[in-house]
Amino acid sequence: MSALNRLQITWRAAQDITDGQVVNLGIGLPVHCSDYLRPDVDVTLQSENGIIGVGPLAAKDKADADLVDAGSRRVTLRPGASVVDSSWSFAMIRGGHIDVTILGAFEVAANGDLANWDMRVPNRGPLVGGAMDLAACAKEVRVIMEHVTRKGAPRLLETCALPLTAVRCVKRVYTDLAVVDVGTQGFVVREFVDGISRDDLQQKTGAKLTFAPDCKLLVAPPIALPD
Amino acid sequence: MPIDKRVNSTAEALEGVNDGATVFITGFGGAGFPNKLIRALRERGPKDLTLVVNSATHRYSLTHELIANDQVRKVICTAARGHDKEPSPFETRWMENRIELEMVPQGSFTERIRAGGAGIPAFYTPVGFGTELTRGKEVRRFGDRDFVLEHAITGDLALVRADTADRSGNLTFRYAQMNFGPVMATAAKLSVAEVREVSDELLPHERVQLPGVYVDRVVAVS
Repeated sequence: MSALNRLQITWRAAQDITDGQVVNLGIGLPVHCSDYLRPDVDVTLQSENGIIGVGPLAAKDKADADLVDAGSRRVTLRPGASVVDSSWSFAMIRGGHIDVTILGAFEVAANGDLANWDMRVPNRGPLVGGAMDLAACAKEVRVIMEHVTRKGAPRLLETCALPLTAVRCVKRVYTDLAVVDVGTQGFVVREFVDGISRDDLQQKTGAKLTFAPDCKLLVAPPIALPD
Repeated sequence: MPIDKRVNSTAEALEGVNDGATVFITGFGGAGFPNKLIRALRERGPKDLTLVVNSATHRYSLTHELIANDQVRKVICTAARGHDKEPSPFETRWMENRIELEMVPQGSFTERIRAGGAGIPAFYTPVGFGTELTRGKEVRRFGDRDFVLEHAITGDLALVRADTADRSGNLTFRYAQMNFGPVMATAAKLSVAEVREVSDELLPHERVQLPGVYVDRVVAVS
């Protein structure tokens, strides 16, 4: 079975970002989408700490402790960027000025409910950050996650078991096995990888899958994971 | 007499701060932590504080020192997770029910503070609807969507990190250092800024990112 690795999932998600969009990429895996944008695509990357126009990561000798994104990464500004305070940045998010956000997740439900903020880690405090704002208010919420947990349990579910981030918000999910849309009737498979049957994919999913009539093969170029 | 908000030390900047104060602390993502003022607040030693701060623990912030020193009764924040294998001073106390936590989505956190400084007692937001962070809060439907009532936050003291100040208290920020500075300064009775440099000249208007009206004391820290 030709399952995608984590960076190949971000590559696939990046292919759906279109020219001119304002995009917020979640902390962790989603920020890597910016490495794989199509060459003809020019986007504004917004980071919720107030960077409007995030550029590439700063070279070590150019890194500036005051120029960071919401994930504490030392970044650069792209030409034409601006910096605003948190209040303005979140007004931009809440006000519907973000075209697409791509977020990591633990679980997505067939009605679009998203659980991505609290794994209930024993002995650890909770952490919500800007996840709820992005999930509730971006014009389109897309999710990157492994199709099943490390223990093999489905992450695409009828109902989320973990605490919700926002209700009925997810439009599309990219996993290592498939690209799945959340429609009015639940999960619709748009693409899935070679070497797995429809039944196998259904077995790894905790809610009913419908397969789009023009369902395609999910393929990505080879991308090596860092050590 | 010309306005002059400069003070000579971080200790002087915190004169009048008492037990039970609600204290805003700026900083997010590694930028804009007023660490000299946080240290001075620890040395001054008021107890029973409520901290309003994005992260209860951050690698580059000294906020955890106030918590480890048992000066804090409650933390209102968006992130309460430590970074090390061992639980942070906050997490230890939280698990033992020795400190209160109010977890707020970040946009609601900053908007509640903005509202506090802008004379708005409460507002409706779609963020957090249907989640456990807004359980028990008033919900109202506008159009086809549900909104949650969130209340403003005001405080006694704001500790703000900025880049430069002038004697009027006008501030400039470097890049992402700005984060919560402008709103926190508006919502506190006493706003104190620690800056890299206090300029001798008044800042030109187009450089001012926070009017000195909102800033009571400025202190230069090296």
